[in-house]
Amino acid sequence: MEDFKRLEEIAKTIRRNILTMLNKAGSGHSGGSLSITDILVALYFGGIMKYDAKRPNWEDRDRLVLSKGHACPALYATLAEAGFFDKELLWTLRQLGSPLQGHPDSKKLPGVEASTGSLGNGISQAVGMALATRVLKKKYNVFCIVGDGEMQEGLVYEALMAAGHYKLSNLIVIVDNNGLQIDGQCKDVMNIYPLKEKFEAFNFRTYEMSGHIYKNIMDTLTTAKRNVVSPTAVIARTVKGMGVSFMENRVEYHGVAPSDEELEKALKELE
Amino acid sequence: MEKKATREAYGKALIEIGKDEKVVVLDADLSGSTKSSEFKKVYPDRFFNMGIAESNMVDVAAGMALSGLKPYASSFAVFISGRAFEPVRQSICYQNLSVVLCGSHSGISVGEDGGSHQAIADISLMRSLPNMKVFVPADYNEAYNIVLATVKMEGPVYIRTSRAKSPIITEDKNFESGKAAVLKSGNDVSLIACGMMSYIALEAALLLKQDGIDVEVINSPSIKPLDEETVYKSAKKTKRVFTIEEHSVIGGLGSAVSEFLSENLPVYVHKIGIEDTFGESGTKDDLFCKFGFTKEAVAKRIKDRLNG
Repeated sequence: MEDFKRLEEIAKTIRRNILTMLNKAGSGHSGGSLSITDILVALYFGGIMKYDAKRPNWEDRDRLVLSKGHACPALYATLAEAGFFDKELLWTLRQLGSPLQGHPDSKKLPGVEASTGSLGNGISQAVGMALATRVLKKKYNVFCIVGDGEMQEGLVYEALMAAGHYKLSNLIVIVDNNGLQIDGQCKDVMNIYPLKEKFEAFNFRTYEMSGHIYKNIMDTLTTAKRNVVSPTAVIARTVKGMGVSFMENRVEYHGVAPSDEELEKALKELE
Repeated sequence: MEKKATREAYGKALIEIGKDEKVVVLDADLSGSTKSSEFKKVYPDRFFNMGIAESNMVDVAAGMALSGLKPYASSFAVFISGRAFEPVRQSICYQNLSVVLCGSHSGISVGEDGGSHQAIADISLMRSLPNMKVFVPADYNEAYNIVLATVKMEGPVYIRTSRAKSPIITEDKNFESGKAAVLKSGNDVSLIACGMMSYIALEAALLLKQDGIDVEVINSPSIKPLDEETVYKSAKKTKRVFTIEEHSVIGGLGSAVSEFLSENLPVYVHKIGIEDTFGESGTKDDLFCKFGFTKEAVAKRIKDRLNG
């Protein structure tokens, strides 16, 4: 249990950094960044992913592709915390010349495995990375976080079909199922449910978990890594805006940065 | 004169470059048509059929390139430039990845399949993307050497091949990006061509010779980067430039030449191509007649323009 306390503390720091960087940038995606924070913390600090921040191009590393690229403040804050680059860079988010682009750019920032942001393209690239191990004779895992709204993109299903067909057991797709997208609830905008059955139809082994309870996240992802026969999907129940009371489950905070006043309130909650 | 299709060269050249173990080949259920199936016969472990899902194929190629492989992905030109345009933009070009895309069955010479399958805007689409190089081989030899040359090229490449067989008019020699070749020198008119039209251009030049018009024929397989030096030299000499391509007059070789000359040497430029319309079913020869891609039609058009 003590270990989870450590992860919770790291998550608090990362959430504070996410909100501060978004506030400084004056724009960006708050809600979806906060909903995937705990999953990222588990991946990078819970020992799920194999990586070396000093060697971001190490060939045997596990890869994380953030297919819902708009949640990149969470990825940037996590990578900075893990030591991929200087934390001071976080405060340059979205500014001219910054390697911290509005959506992730693999050419500009170490630790960003693929340029994403146009939804659906990330998961397809993750399939390519997972399939590449067959030719490279490597053993790395590829984790890919997709948004629930992103499940409306047709390209996602082309990717799932290929992953199932090639039995990519080194591919673990995590759905950030916070239930909200820009225009409202996913079920109202364009119903994506049921999700589990969709993945199973594409021959994925599928799990459901809380995206915020560390024991649950760690157990599920550890189990997912052991699967050697098929790709794995993990549908994570998450709360958009998690950790900041006035942002939680509020669609208004999908693409809005906190004001100075909101930031102050939020940081107090995250002390 | 020996005739072979450029798509056949793609398949044969893939076998040659397959000696490099980083080379992987992807197709979207058209490997028999694009000829990537040739690679599969020799290197089955490095061939991946991605099914009828071109967008995913292109993104998978991107993921493979990010992992250190050298992917070659092919489909019909109309699909790889159209259906898959978004991944080509977002994943391949935006990340400047060393992925080679091959669009076969380009232009109206596809024939009977009709307008839905005849790519007329692929050069335009691909050329508009930052980092992308665009090559349109005139014949089998050139196509073969283009594919060989791409192994060592950094960044994305689009190669446009054809279904129909066409005469071999170039020598079997190393291909250089950004280089055009003067196939026949002349003093009155420059005729810049690519793809199968380079042969038609040569034939039209022979007809025009009989009318006393001395045409310089340039084969320009590298649409992007364009061989500006060769274009400039020829245009300076003749002051009258014609372009010809089996592609829309909007955005292709003619546009590339016009863009360059209008800023650097504003001379008369006339573009011969597909006039902002779609193709249709028919034999290749019937379609070439209808769309004005015969030596007689091209010669007449040039003569009319010079007299007009």
